[in-house]
Amino acid sequence: MGVELDRRSFLVVAGLLGLTACGSNTGREGSAEGTLRHWYHAYGEDGVQDAVRRYAAAYPDARVEVQWNPGDYDSKIMTALQNSAVPDVFEAQVKVDWVRQRQVVPLGDLLGQTRDDFVRALLDSQTVDGELYGIPQAIDTQVLYYRPSLLEKAGLTPPWTVDELLDAARRLTTDGVRGLFAGNDGGVGVLTAPLLWSAGLDLLSEDGKAPGFDDPRAAEVFGKLRELHRGGGLLLGAPTDWADPGAFVDGLAAMQWTGLWNLPEITEAHGDDVGVLPFPRLDADGAESVPVGAYSAMVNARSADVDAAKAYVKWLWVDKTEYQTEFATAFGAHLPARRSLAERAEPLRDGPGKRIAELVTAGGRIASPARWSARANTALSDAVSRIAREGADPAAELRTALDVARDEIARLDR
Amino acid sequence: MSGRRAALAFWLFVGPFAAGLLAFTYVPIGWSAYLSFFDARNTVTPTEFVGLGNYADVLTDRAFLDSIGTFTVFAAFVIPTTVVLALALALLVNQVRVARAFFRSVFFLPFACSYVVASLVWKMSLFSGVDSGVANTALGWFGGQPQAWVGTVDPPLYWVVLVTARLWLQLGFYMILFIAALQRIPAHLYEAAWTDGASPRWQTFRHVTLPGLRGALVAVLTLNLINAYQAFDEFYNILGDSRGYPPFARPPLVYLYYTSLGSGGQDLGRGSAGAVVLALVIALATLLSGRVLRRAG
Repeated sequence: MGVELDRRSFLVVAGLLGLTACGSNTGREGSAEGTLRHWYHAYGEDGVQDAVRRYAAAYPDARVEVQWNPGDYDSKIMTALQNSAVPDVFEAQVKVDWVRQRQVVPLGDLLGQTRDDFVRALLDSQTVDGELYGIPQAIDTQVLYYRPSLLEKAGLTPPWTVDELLDAARRLTTDGVRGLFAGNDGGVGVLTAPLLWSAGLDLLSEDGKAPGFDDPRAAEVFGKLRELHRGGGLLLGAPTDWADPGAFVDGLAAMQWTGLWNLPEITEAHGDDVGVLPFPRLDADGAESVPVGAYSAMVNARSADVDAAKAYVKWLWVDKTEYQTEFATAFGAHLPARRSLAERAEPLRDGPGKRIAELVTAGGRIASPARWSARANTALSDAVSRIAREGADPAAELRTALDVARDEIARLDR
Repeated sequence: MSGRRAALAFWLFVGPFAAGLLAFTYVPIGWSAYLSFFDARNTVTPTEFVGLGNYADVLTDRAFLDSIGTFTVFAAFVIPTTVVLALALALLVNQVRVARAFFRSVFFLPFACSYVVASLVWKMSLFSGVDSGVANTALGWFGGQPQAWVGTVDPPLYWVVLVTARLWLQLGFYMILFIAALQRIPAHLYEAAWTDGASPRWQTFRHVTLPGLRGALVAVLTLNLINAYQAFDEFYNILGDSRGYPPFARPPLVYLYYTSLGSGGQDLGRGSAGAVVLALVIALATLLSGRVLRRAG
C-alpha cells in the first residue's frame, strides 16, 4: 500500500469519527435563537404539564419551551449543569456544589418587596453563603394520615409521642391490616429527619457548620425505630411505596406517613374518616414536626442569556401570583410558597387541608438543607437502616455516620 | 488498484465499528481512569489533581468494601448453583424423547425477558409483602405466617427474592450453552464406554460427558463470574427506591452508580476510582478461576 492509500483510509475513519462527533448533543437544535428552555420533573398529578405549558406560552417577552422530564430528573439536571447551556431555567433544590462550581446564578434581586411574603424557612433552604439561588414554587410536606374510626375501634387516641405511635402501630394491626406504613424500607428514608427533630436534634447544627445529631439522644430515638420494626405493626413489602397513597387507600395499613399531595385521593377514598398528625415528639425536650421541601426555580449560569432567563423567572414565580396559586393548589395538594397566597387558597380553608397548613406553620422543618450533602445522607441512612432493620449498635453506627458528615461539611468550606 | 479497493473495503466494514468502539468504549474508559486522579465533583473536566486520594477514599469506604465482600460471597454461592442447575436442566432436556424443542424453548424463554420487568413482577407480585402475594398465599396453604420478603432483613429473606429472580432469568441461557456442548460429544465415545462396561449413568457422566463439557464449563463459569460482580438490574429494581438503596446486598455497581451519577452529588473522581478497583477485582477473580480450572483439568 502506498502513502496515498493510507491517507485515504485515514480520511474514511476520520470522517466516521467526525460523524460521531457531530452527533453529540449541543442541545441547540430545533430552537430559535432567543428561546428559553425551561425544565420540570414529571409531576404525577394530572394537569400540571398543561398548566406550565400554558404559563410559558403566556410569557410576552420571549419564546419559552417547556421540557417535561420523566425518570431520574435530579441526575439529569446535575449532568446538564456540568457543561450545557440548556436548560436556561429549571426546578431543583439548590446544592452547595452547584454554587461552588458557579453553575447557578443568584436570584435574590428578583424578590424585591415580596421577600417577606415568602415562607422564610424556604428561602433559607435555597440560600448559600447569604445568596438566594432558587425562587420557591410551592411547598411539599409529609404528614401522618390515620383513620379515626380504626383508632376508636382499638380504643386509642391519636398518638402525640413516639411511644404512643409505637403502641398504636402494634394495636392497630389486625388480620390483613398493619398498623403503620412508612415506606417499604420501614421508614428509614422518610422518618430519619423527623425522628431527629422529635428528639430536639437535626441533620445539621443551626449554623450548618457541624452535624446536628452528635448526641446520645440520637441513638435513643433510632432505637425507637428499631422497636417499631420488631413490634410487628409495620407494613413492609407493599406494592406501592410511601409516596403513593395506595397502601392507605386500599386499607393495607391503618396509618400511613405520606405527602400532602395525596390528600385529594385519600379523602376521595375514605371521606370524612381521615385525620392528619405531625410526626410525634420523643418527649418534652423534642418537638412535633412536619418536613417541608420545595422545588425552586433556578437559572443555569451557562444559559445563553442569563438576564432573559432571570426576567422570565421573576415574571412567573414572583409576579404572576394567580399562576402560582393554581400551580400549588389546583393539581394534587401543595401549599403556596407565599403566605399571602396560602391564606386565600381554597382547598386549605377547612378539614385536613387546613390542619396541614397549620402544622407547616407550627412545626415545618427543612427536609434537605443545602449543606446536607448526598454522601452524608447516605452514611446516615445506612446507619439508621442497620440500627432499625438489622439491630446494629446505634452508638457505633452513628459514630461512623458522624465522621462522614463532618468530613463532608469540612469539604464544603475548603 | 485491488490493494486500494481492499483497504477501502476493510475500513468501510471495520471503520464504523472501530469508531464506535473508540468513541463509546475506549475513550470513556481512558477518561474515567483520568478522572480517578482528580477531584471531579459535578464536572468531567476537572482541574484539581488529587493523586491517589480517590483510591484511598474508596478503599477505606466501608460501603464499597462491604459491597465487594458481599458480592464475592454472592458469586461463591450463585455460580456453583447456576452451573449445577443449568447442567441438570441441559441433561434432562437433552434426554427427553418427545417435544424436546418445546422444553428447550420453555426453559430458554425467561432469558428473553427483561431484567427490569422480571424484577418488578418478583417484587410486586410474586414476593409482595401483602398477605395476598403469591409467595405468601403459598405459605398460607402450609400454615406459614405471611412474610415481608424484600423488607425482611433478619433473616435475610430478600436473598430468596434476588437469587430466584436471577436463576429464573439466566438458567435457560447457560442451559443452551450446555446443550450445544452436549450435542457435540461424539456418540461413539458413549458406545465405547458402554462396551467397556461403564455404568450408563454416573461413570459415563464422570468420564465421558464431563470431560466433553470442559470448554463449555470454562465459558459458563467465566461469564457467571463477571455477571455476578456486574449485578445491577434486578438488585436496583428490587431493593432500590426513590430514596436510595439499603446498605445490605448493595452490588458494587449500584454503589458506583450512586457515587458518580446519583442525584445529590456526582462525584465522578471517586466513582471512577471505584470502577478501576472493581475492574481489577474482576480481572483478578477471572484469572484465579481460570488457573484453578486449568489445574483441575
